[in-house]
Amino acid sequence: MTVLLENLGKRFGDGAPVLDGVNATIRSGEFVALLGASGCGKSTLLNIIAGLERPTAGALEVPADGAAFMFQDAALYPWLTARGNIELALKLRGLAKTERRVRASELLDLVHLGEAADKRPHELSGGMRQRVALARALSQDREVLLMDEPFAALDAITRDLLHEELTRIWRETGRTIIFVTHNVREAVRLGQRVLLLSSRPGRVVSEWEVPGAVKDDAAAAATLTADITARLREEIRRHGK
Amino acid sequence: MASNVTELDPVRGVSVERTEADNEELRALEAGLDELQSDVTHRRRDWSRVLLPVGAVVVLLLVWQIVASLGLKRQDLVPGPLDVAAALGQLWREGQVQQAILTSLGRGVLGFAVSVVVGTPVGLLLAQVRPLRRAFGPLVSGLQVLPSVAWVPAAIIWFGLTDATVYFVVLMGAIPSIVNGLIAGVDQIPPHYRSVAKVLGASRFELALQVILPAALPGYVAGLKQGWAFSWRSLMAAEIIAVGGSLGFGLGSLLDQGRTLSDMGVVMGAILAILAVGILIELLVFGPVERRLLIRRGLLAGGSR
Repeated sequence: MTVLLENLGKRFGDGAPVLDGVNATIRSGEFVALLGASGCGKSTLLNIIAGLERPTAGALEVPADGAAFMFQDAALYPWLTARGNIELALKLRGLAKTERRVRASELLDLVHLGEAADKRPHELSGGMRQRVALARALSQDREVLLMDEPFAALDAITRDLLHEELTRIWRETGRTIIFVTHNVREAVRLGQRVLLLSSRPGRVVSEWEVPGAVKDDAAAAATLTADITARLREEIRRHGK
Repeated sequence: MASNVTELDPVRGVSVERTEADNEELRALEAGLDELQSDVTHRRRDWSRVLLPVGAVVVLLLVWQIVASLGLKRQDLVPGPLDVAAALGQLWREGQVQQAILTSLGRGVLGFAVSVVVGTPVGLLLAQVRPLRRAFGPLVSGLQVLPSVAWVPAAIIWFGLTDATVYFVVLMGAIPSIVNGLIAGVDQIPPHYRSVAKVLGASRFELALQVILPAALPGYVAGLKQGWAFSWRSLMAAEIIAVGGSLGFGLGSLLDQGRTLSDMGVVMGAILAILAVGILIELLVFGPVERRLLIRRGLLAGGSR
């Protein structure tokens, strides 16, 4: 068992709770998609799991070394090359210089960016930047990888390709991935399990298993996507009254 | 490429060769997309960068010469460029210009260097520690508004007609600019740079050194540039006002000498020499540093520089 959330709650100051009674168990090596409309506190939940924020209620169990994090914005440092960005992350982990060099090359190769290692972020396309960000997140060598809508700002072709890429890397590295998204199709395509969060306050209201057979069968995947979308819309409609 | 990614094997990862092939195909696909999405940048030598400013100076000199030779005013009051060049040539042969430039430049560079050494840690401290910023921020901004010439009388009373007076005025001019530049640079750092550093496990010290300082570099360099301009200006003001004593002979002193002798050629010559040093420092030092910095960060595209 890798990540355990028990009755987790969070409120900022005296405001209404952002998260209330979140329960979830995420197994080691699992790929979970966290789906929800705006205001469901997805980002807050990830921040809590990453240890950037503290919950105001409930308990959680996460690996002692914390989690790696990938944001919607690649957030690469513009004064460093692709390799430099990864080496900085390795340096902050305390790796020696020669080791950093070798490891950075391996990671860049893993995301198929060996050729672009010495380019600066502004010379890379959006998809390439996100791959560097992914390599940087993987450089932390943590069991859990949290991803906060990492592909939301990309064009459809690139996003499609990165889905493929992420699935491959997940299989190769065996990480536990918690992937936050607004996009039902993306959730079905990537996740082994999809958790639906309600909005204001955020709480896990439904979950679906997505077996490999469903993913590869276009019709089955479409049915499941429609199911989840219907449930998501029902959740959104609740706020219209 | 015969197969494509949507026709993946129904059962995942059945054979190693299959995943290897998929991986290769993905790599090729990505390489193609990367190529399509990357901009090709052309960089070539741009002569207009040299020719245009030189042309502008030539035009200005011509206009000046024409106006001067029209004889609207007495020639000793409005000398033309040729007269000024002659005056400068005379001073050069006497060795006065060289000496004045070297003295002033030496003071300016030393004063600026000390200002950088003092201003950088102060700026970093003010930018990072909120109570300090709140307490001293307005004061430092205020000091930047106060013309540093205002310190000359005080400095003369404290230090007499010595080099200390000149350096004091230079420091009071340059340090606030450098501090403010660094603070502005730190303020403009996108907040996610800090959160990324935090997620990557940076300590407070590592954050300041590895992330904050390099991220604030464009603002810092702009502050340095302004700091240099302020030191150079304050230096000239101090040299014009404080003459004599154990003070060396700088460009400001040369300017004052021209005034005392009512020699307009020397006055204009000194003004041009002060301007020339300012332009040369910008062209040879700050310009290239700033350009390089901005190019490396991809911030120069579309600018008019």
